[in-house]
Amino acid sequence: MARIVGSIMSTHVPAIANALDRHDETDPYWKPFFDGYEAVHAWLREVQPDVAVIFHNDHGMNFFLDKMPTFAVGCAPEYRHGDEGWGIPTVDPYPGHPDLSWHLAETLVGDEFDVTTCQEMLVDHAVTNPMKLLWPDGGVPIVPVTVNTVMFPYPSAKRCFALGEATGRAISSYDAVPDLRVVMIGSGGLSHQLEGERAGFINKSFDLRFVESLTDDPRWATQFSGEDLVKETGSQGVELLMWLAARAALIGTVRRVTWNYHIPISNTAAGTLVLEPTA
Amino acid sequence: MGEQVATSQQEAALGEETERHSIPGTIIFDGTEAKRGYGLNKMCFSFNEEANRNAFLADEDGYCRRYGLTEAQRDAISRRDVLALLELGGHPYYLAKFAGIFHLDVQDLGAMQTGLSKEEFKARLVEAGK
Ligand SMILES: [Fe+2]
Repeated sequence: MARIVGSIMSTHVPAIANALDRHDETDPYWKPFFDGYEAVHAWLREVQPDVAVIFHNDHGMNFFLDKMPTFAVGCAPEYRHGDEGWGIPTVDPYPGHPDLSWHLAETLVGDEFDVTTCQEMLVDHAVTNPMKLLWPDGGVPIVPVTVNTVMFPYPSAKRCFALGEATGRAISSYDAVPDLRVVMIGSGGLSHQLEGERAGFINKSFDLRFVESLTDDPRWATQFSGEDLVKETGSQGVELLMWLAARAALIGTVRRVTWNYHIPISNTAAGTLVLEPTA
Repeated sequence: MGEQVATSQQEAALGEETERHSIPGTIIFDGTEAKRGYGLNKMCFSFNEEANRNAFLADEDGYCRRYGLTEAQRDAISRRDVLALLELGGHPYYLAKFAGIFHLDVQDLGAMQTGLSKEEFKARLVEAGK
């Protein structure tokens, strides 16, 4: 049986790609952010995951408004980082884990989550930046699970939580590879808004309340509608849905391994969190 | 009867406007916006390819017409008016690719949209952390 070793939640701000490329890790602007990953690296060395299942949102890379699935599961042999148009450096493709992908897709549909399957999938900074932050010199095979936060209506927080739980159950029932160790990644957030007169919106108190809830009261955020979340966290702060799903995959009680929060990175309240199951 | 219809249409239009801006300074991008901005967003999505970015730079208005942009959208593109583009159905993720052609980062865009200088905008972000 496969086992989920824990969940890593991480901001994916595009500017991180440039900072990594320039080796700005110790630059005063970036240091408080990058320092947060040292404890994550130590934890990863300890738990040694074989594969990462990533909840992420697409930013106009693999999907356009012509076809916009609410939930999609990557079932590709590899995931290529496409040209995002604004000049961030592209990274080498990440290998997939198609067997786990198909198991996940089939089990989720069996569990009444009608996901779109993608045998070809380009990825953007929402996959590549967390991967580079977590594994600066390499990585593990990945299974991306895409959640629509491009156009309303988004799946509700309640639904994302349920998707996370179903994903956790599906992974636990995977037995094609003995003792496969899986790490969950929730990519995005925390509060930020890029567009409109409200650009630059950040809500520290909401972010902190949300992160607090993930440990002991994980369903707390499921009370909010999509519009509530835009109001509280900014248009793109809704990416906390990825954190919520990644937390929900750890069915049962959890312990906080590490947590770092820094404002601002680019226009964003940057957060890095690791939770592991206590069972 | 005719008057009543007109009134309810006005109310519907007003209702839509209210809903569009129920969060100040924010447009909820839903099906209405997706329909309004389809050509504009499709053009911006095409900027994921370098050849298309170059084709746009070589003939901006011609490139816009190929994607069926409205006159108002073409005008807002030519003026690099991000707030107007948002009002005309532009989606922030796709518009970012348009802005990227001119090497504008998100702080440049934040400053443009809020009427602040870039330094003021960055200072506001730092302030949010305190
Ligand atoms: Fe994002």
